[in-house]
Amino acid sequence: MIDVAVVDYGMGNLRSVEQALRKVAPDDKIIVSDDAKVIADARRVVFPGQGAMPDCMRELETRGLRDAVLETARNKPFLGICIGMQMLFDHSTEGNVAGLGILRGEVVRFAANMRDAQGDKLKVPHMGWNRVRRIERPASHEGDATVAPSPSGRGLGRGSALEHPLWAGIPQDERFYFVHSYYVCPQDAALVQGTSDYPRPFTCAVALDNLFGVQFHPEKSQTAGLKLLQNFVQWNP
Amino acid sequence: MLAKRIIPCLDVTAGRVVKGVSFVELRDAGDPVEIARRYDEQGADELAFLDITASSDDRGIIFRIIEQVASQVFIPLTVGGGVREVGDVRNLLNAGADKVSINTSAVLNPQLVADAAGRYGSQCIVVAIDAKQIGSGRWDVFTHGGRKATGLDVVEWAKKMQCLGAGEILLTSMDRDGQKNGFDLPLTRAVTDALEIPVIASGGAGNLQHLADGVKQGGADAVLAASIFHFGEYTVQQAKRFMATRGIEVRL
Repeated sequence: MIDVAVVDYGMGNLRSVEQALRKVAPDDKIIVSDDAKVIADARRVVFPGQGAMPDCMRELETRGLRDAVLETARNKPFLGICIGMQMLFDHSTEGNVAGLGILRGEVVRFAANMRDAQGDKLKVPHMGWNRVRRIERPASHEGDATVAPSPSGRGLGRGSALEHPLWAGIPQDERFYFVHSYYVCPQDAALVQGTSDYPRPFTCAVALDNLFGVQFHPEKSQTAGLKLLQNFVQWNP
Repeated sequence: MLAKRIIPCLDVTAGRVVKGVSFVELRDAGDPVEIARRYDEQGADELAFLDITASSDDRGIIFRIIEQVASQVFIPLTVGGGVREVGDVRNLLNAGADKVSINTSAVLNPQLVADAAGRYGSQCIVVAIDAKQIGSGRWDVFTHGGRKATGLDVVEWAKKMQCLGAGEILLTSMDRDGQKNGFDLPLTRAVTDALEIPVIASGGAGNLQHLADGVKQGGADAVLAASIFHFGEYTVQQAKRFMATRGIEVRL
């Protein structure tokens, strides 16, 4: 049985994701696959994405992988990375395209002509290492949705029961590697598991039951990224 | 907030890292995989590899190096040198590169940038520009390691590359490269102010103040340096600590 299937729908480079998973789970059977059956039968699924979301959606359809992704996103440990996370939402303003609609919300572009506090131009794509503020509260959607993410995200101590298991062992405000021009705006604030600032806060991690999504690239985020992937391959939601 | 990046650059030929002054007097700096691991441990934000192999027979070497590095180092890897067609981009990505930099071929065939970005996404297409000053506040694009003038204005060319889908510009001053007297700051400022995409300053870093100047005065989003790291003058960590003392946000 395949432990981790990385969904290959022909968009971009999956080599880095595969390598990083092999590093954190040397004994696991990891496969990069474009076969719907293999993906549907795997224990866990990683859903990466690069390029433009309309192309990604089209390729996913063309290769007959939409149903396998929809199904596994609902019942297996599932990790969406970058556009792989964006595609889980209802809609993207990038090419005005519909997503998979598993999560309510929209994917939007960073504003033009953004400036930082010093007045320097903020470039788009947002590229490089940025801090991730974890939101510490129940991973499950049945959690207390009335608790809004606190601005500092520091309401609770590390390792508390309210920390999502994928953040285990990762310091608050750790830096991860990003490269993207669009970001997700979930309708339900309870989905948000992490935010980052550019210059205003945006959602960079979401979770719902068996599903986790990140805007950054854990496979390129050195120690912290590998730790998140290791947490994922050991996660039993 | 987003950190400014420090990117050590490894010029590779015949399986070794070398560094010279303006492409002559090449000096051996060691094994690329070993050096890549060292910089990763020191906290490098990304690594850049430039394949300066002259003979096409030896082109396979860079793929093996990138494969080895990518299985051990989990930070972004940019690889350039001799990229002529979309197939070259694909092969480098498959070997483990995260970004591919295109230089001379972008000038000879700008459509390559559009095709590669369309196929693999702008995030993995870096256009490298070799610039030489030709007058006050004017720089032209050069190719073939700075030997061939193109008559193209650097700022206009950079804007065109952004428009065709480049995700980032690697801007090298050929006047400063290897001189260790600092980046060409007016050049860096002119290009970064004209673009929406990130700009990496390159060519001339000789000390840590130069790196800070590239960010603060040049407005660069990232700084690239080779010799100051290769020969043990500074570690990447020292460079970052220095930049932090100058009020620059870095990943420590």
